[in-house]
Amino acid sequence: MSDAVKESVRDKVVAILAEQAGLEPAAVLPDASLAGLGIDSLGLVETIFAIEEAFDLQVPFNANDPKDSEFDISTVDTMVRAVESLIAAKG
Amino acid sequence: MRRVVITGQGSINALGRTADETLASMREGRSGIGDLDFPDIERLSIPIGGQIRGYRPDEHFSRQELTLYDPFCQFALLAAREAMAQSGLVIGAGLAERAGVVLGTSGGGLQTQDENYRLVYQEGKNRVHPFVVPRLMNSSAAAHVSMAWNLQGPSYTVATACASSNHAMGQAMMLIRGGLADVVLTGGSESMLCFGGIKAWEGLRVMSRDGCRPFSLNRNGMVQGEGAAVFVFEELDHARARGAEILAEVIGFAMTSDATDIVTPNQDGAERAMRGALRDAGLAPEAIGYINAHGTGTAVNDRTECAAVRAVFGAHADDLLISSTKSMHGHLIGGTGAVELFACVMAVREGVIAPTINHDEPDPECGLDVVPNVARERAVAVAMSNAFAFGGMNAVLIVRRFE
Repeated sequence: MSDAVKESVRDKVVAILAEQAGLEPAAVLPDASLAGLGIDSLGLVETIFAIEEAFDLQVPFNANDPKDSEFDISTVDTMVRAVESLIAAKG
Repeated sequence: MRRVVITGQGSINALGRTADETLASMREGRSGIGDLDFPDIERLSIPIGGQIRGYRPDEHFSRQELTLYDPFCQFALLAAREAMAQSGLVIGAGLAERAGVVLGTSGGGLQTQDENYRLVYQEGKNRVHPFVVPRLMNSSAAAHVSMAWNLQGPSYTVATACASSNHAMGQAMMLIRGGLADVVLTGGSESMLCFGGIKAWEGLRVMSRDGCRPFSLNRNGMVQGEGAAVFVFEELDHARARGAEILAEVIGFAMTSDATDIVTPNQDGAERAMRGALRDAGLAPEAIGYINAHGTGTAVNDRTECAAVRAVFGAHADDLLISSTKSMHGHLIGGTGAVELFACVMAVREGVIAPTINHDEPDPECGLDVVPNVARERAVAVAMSNAFAFGGMNAVLIVRRFE
């Protein structure tokens, strides 16, 4: 994956999180957690949906136990990397 | 027995964005029915309805709220906002557990279902928004009202088709009477004006293509409306203790089942419901000055209802006034009884009887004073509101002027 593509993935994920959180994209820092951004469980489900729509992906995420999902939602950065690997796996 | 009074009312429907606007339209005999406007309307044979014009959800709710609110839920919240503001109620810690919400609806989040079926079936999408279920639940309006005002007591939704609101308001009254709550927000909401909603109704062939003309010889069916009305029902002593303005007292309620046919009404079931409500209120038939009819504008409803009124009220049927405000706001299905209760409250509170508009020529088989076309002034102490639904589910409420 080229740096330009990576940058565009990051920008899109950050934009989705910023919209959910009601923040400017610049305020969505790489090490921020969802809770830190003020995104609750419903907001998380909506975020996953928006990511699937934006990248035409299936995100392996189960709201029953988010920690147990393959999709790491710990921070903005882990989510960006998880999206990158899903895109790479899709080929 | 604990008495139940109304201390707030609110609405949004084709006749107005508030209860007061609705009442003004009823006084003027104004029609809210016009050409329907929504996607694929050209594929429907029914072009008219009581649609709320120029409604902009984003003027009332945040983007995040709107992801969770189907239109029927939005309407209920707007009506509840107005009713709560008028009531002046503050739901503090003590009252929260004694306060609840009972709302009627028939279709629930029907527009959410319609839109998302369109996405997956017609447009072939394989993913829907994650909140489709919480939006389409027919209990979502009651749930969001409970959250908005921290009503921690009994909350639920009643679905009895076209009688849903009357059943809901009767339940609210009984919750207060029975001591299960001191305050209940109640009424109903419906938003069936979308392609799938009207397409389904077309199939029954009971809809008019040109207007709602209850009790008029040239009537040719019902016309749908949309919107909500919500009332604050409150225990009398509770309302008095806080010096609330009391709009009317709710004094009688009864429900019956025809137990005969899924669509055709039965005169006996209607009679028993009206008699039951009178008995519950402890009143003789002569006490009723005004009846807000179910009055859908179908031949079978109007004739059955008029015959039932004549059977219950005898000679007094010629003295009382009866009108169908569906001629103005359309049939709000699960929300209709709530909007129609305004006409009853207006009758006992202001002495103004809402008319049956579009009344072109009398039907000899009805033969009652249906207040044709123009509102009438008459001092009325007690008014009855009828709802006779598909499924033969009947619910009748009685309200009295509060003095």
